[in-house]
Amino acid sequence: MGRPGAGLPLPRLTVRDTAAEAIAGIVQRPGRAGLTMLGTVLGVGAFVAVLGLTATGAGQISRQFSVLEDTTVTVADNGPANDVAPPGTNPRIGFPADADVIADHIKGVVAAGVWWPVALPEGTNFSASLALSGEASQTVNLLAVSPGAVKAMVPAMVAGSPLSTYENDTAQHVAMIDTSTASALGISPARLPSHPAVFVNGIAYTVVGIYSSAQRVVSGGSAMLIPEDTALADYGNPQPGIGTQEEAQMVIATKTGAAEAVSREIAAAELPTDPHRLVVTPPPNPLKLQGEVNGDLAGLFLILALISLLIGAVGIANTTLVAVLERTGEIGVRRAVGARPRHIAGQFLAESTALGTLGGLIGTCIGVGIVVIFAAAQNWTVVLNPVYTLPAPLIGTVVGLLAGAYPALRAARTSPLAALRHA
Amino acid sequence: MTAPVIELRGLARTYPGPPPVPALRPADLVIGAGDYVAVTGPSGSGKSTLLHLLGLLDSPTAGSYLLDGLDTSKLPDRDRSALRGRRIGIVFQAFHLLAYRTALENVLLAELYNHTPRSTRLQAAAGALGAVGLGHRLDALPTTLSGGGCQRVAIARALVNQPSLLLCDEPTGNLDSRNAASLMELLDQLNSGGLTIVIITHDAAVAAHAGRTVTISDGILSERIRAGHG
Ligand SMILES: Nc1ncnc2c1ncn2[C@@H]1O[C@H](COP(=O)(O)OP(=O)(O)OP(=O)(O)O)[C@@H](O)[C@H]1O
Ligand SMILES: [Mg+2]
Repeated sequence: MGRPGAGLPLPRLTVRDTAAEAIAGIVQRPGRAGLTMLGTVLGVGAFVAVLGLTATGAGQISRQFSVLEDTTVTVADNGPANDVAPPGTNPRIGFPADADVIADHIKGVVAAGVWWPVALPEGTNFSASLALSGEASQTVNLLAVSPGAVKAMVPAMVAGSPLSTYENDTAQHVAMIDTSTASALGISPARLPSHPAVFVNGIAYTVVGIYSSAQRVVSGGSAMLIPEDTALADYGNPQPGIGTQEEAQMVIATKTGAAEAVSREIAAAELPTDPHRLVVTPPPNPLKLQGEVNGDLAGLFLILALISLLIGAVGIANTTLVAVLERTGEIGVRRAVGARPRHIAGQFLAESTALGTLGGLIGTCIGVGIVVIFAAAQNWTVVLNPVYTLPAPLIGTVVGLLAGAYPALRAARTSPLAALRHA
Repeated sequence: MTAPVIELRGLARTYPGPPPVPALRPADLVIGAGDYVAVTGPSGSGKSTLLHLLGLLDSPTAGSYLLDGLDTSKLPDRDRSALRGRRIGIVFQAFHLLAYRTALENVLLAELYNHTPRSTRLQAAAGALGAVGLGHRLDALPTTLSGGGCQRVAIARALVNQPSLLLCDEPTGNLDSRNAASLMELLDQLNSGGLTIVIITHDAAVAAHAGRTVTISDGILSERIRAGHG
């Protein structure tokens, strides 16, 4: 066809035949193929497992602290717009008397109530019943809490019961304390039936409940909780205004996913006449939080995975090179029956690429398996980022392709005569 | 007179040293279509060197080699590859079969690089093995075949693309006399079908089958014209 050469159709090797030859080359030496792939299997496996475990672990961490944060809305009393209270006295708290009930009527609210830290004079003395020894310092936080607030805190009771609505409405001198305060005061949970009391500057509060921990508000540090109405009677109104840390607040436990809606409705529901007096804090965005946790670890482990991939590439390159040297006779025969150098190169490249891909596939399966087993053992939810997981076998492909490049070039450059003499 | 299949003009091959080995000194030779030529000579005289040059597996250091009237030294590698695949069949001294492939797969290998569909290739490979008397051992591995069996696979592989030139390096070297005789019968048959054959041999009985005998000694090629040949 105008070609000055032999006029013969040029030799060619279809993609399908190249693939078939590559597979035949791998299958005829399965043991060696397995060993060759090992590095890639480990590299890709490590890559998938490490990223999967990181994502799964981070997902778990953010779930743990987002379940609580997701479902917590706080509302602070900023005080009246114009401070009309006479000097020296604090205004009435912004929340209505039936604040708990109003909040309960909002869809998605599990429990809600008002609380504030009771301002005590310097050097306030906490001590147990006169019959008992023991004294706690001012580190005990005295909190006024409504019955709904106690529910929203979700205290884990070790003895007695949480403060009740009846105790609040009748402004009884009762208290709930945590276990560390109890032991500091020398009150053992077992002695609760004998009605021990805590004296705060001489006022006795009967301990009706001891809790070990709580999910909200009093989750850290020691605290003594007394009914809201009792606190109003004994210590007057709390100080209003954001930033004083002493203003009345509402803590709301919501159902998962309901926090946003509750945040939007609560102020107007509680204080329709002056909703802006109440400052609502919705939970942080959980997605953002998760992203922050993921970022740090993933980067480090990605480097480790890359190192194992590099080792895998060297492994494939080495074995492919050995195979090329070992199969020079085959190269000679192929050249003798019409193969062009590019066909020889293509064949070895296809072989190393197929090995890499196979290694990548096996490695991905192993990596996913590790993540699934580990997550199952920890009772965690598997989080596998498809952006890393799905193309992971292709990493093996790229490794095989790169690793095969030099050996394939060597193979293509082998002269047919040298190849035949060698064998 | 038919156009020559092979025409050598001062063809020479010196292996670069040190020391340089003039394995083939400048040689002239014309081989016509359908010729049956035996190349004889002592060991190390340059017979395989000549055969590799004829098979386009090696390039001469001097002179020219015309195949079907084409000056092969001017051809790019892709055309030399095409000629190797289509026009020339080579049977090597050491067979060079792939140990991990069956007889059929070894023959199929020779068809891998031409444009035919796989079914056609399979048919041709099975046919070529049948023609050398191995139709019943298609799936045998070379390791399970006798020397004669391997030789036949190698011949089937050389013939499967229906070349016009068959080059054989010591085809009977590894065979007992009975196998050698049946192989020579096969070559006679192919030659009478019009195939041009160049065969290297030490064996005078084998050389007697060929119409022409070329002798190489220390790289120098000479032909003794036999009476009755013409
Ligand atoms: N690649 C090479 N490099 C250097 N010398 C070579 C090479 N190949 C062959 N020779 C030398 O060239 C000479 C001819 O070798 P060749 O293989 O053509 O001989 P031969 O006639 O085929 O021998 P035999 O009958 O043993 O097969 C020998 O001396 C050999 O050692
Ligand atoms: Mg030889």
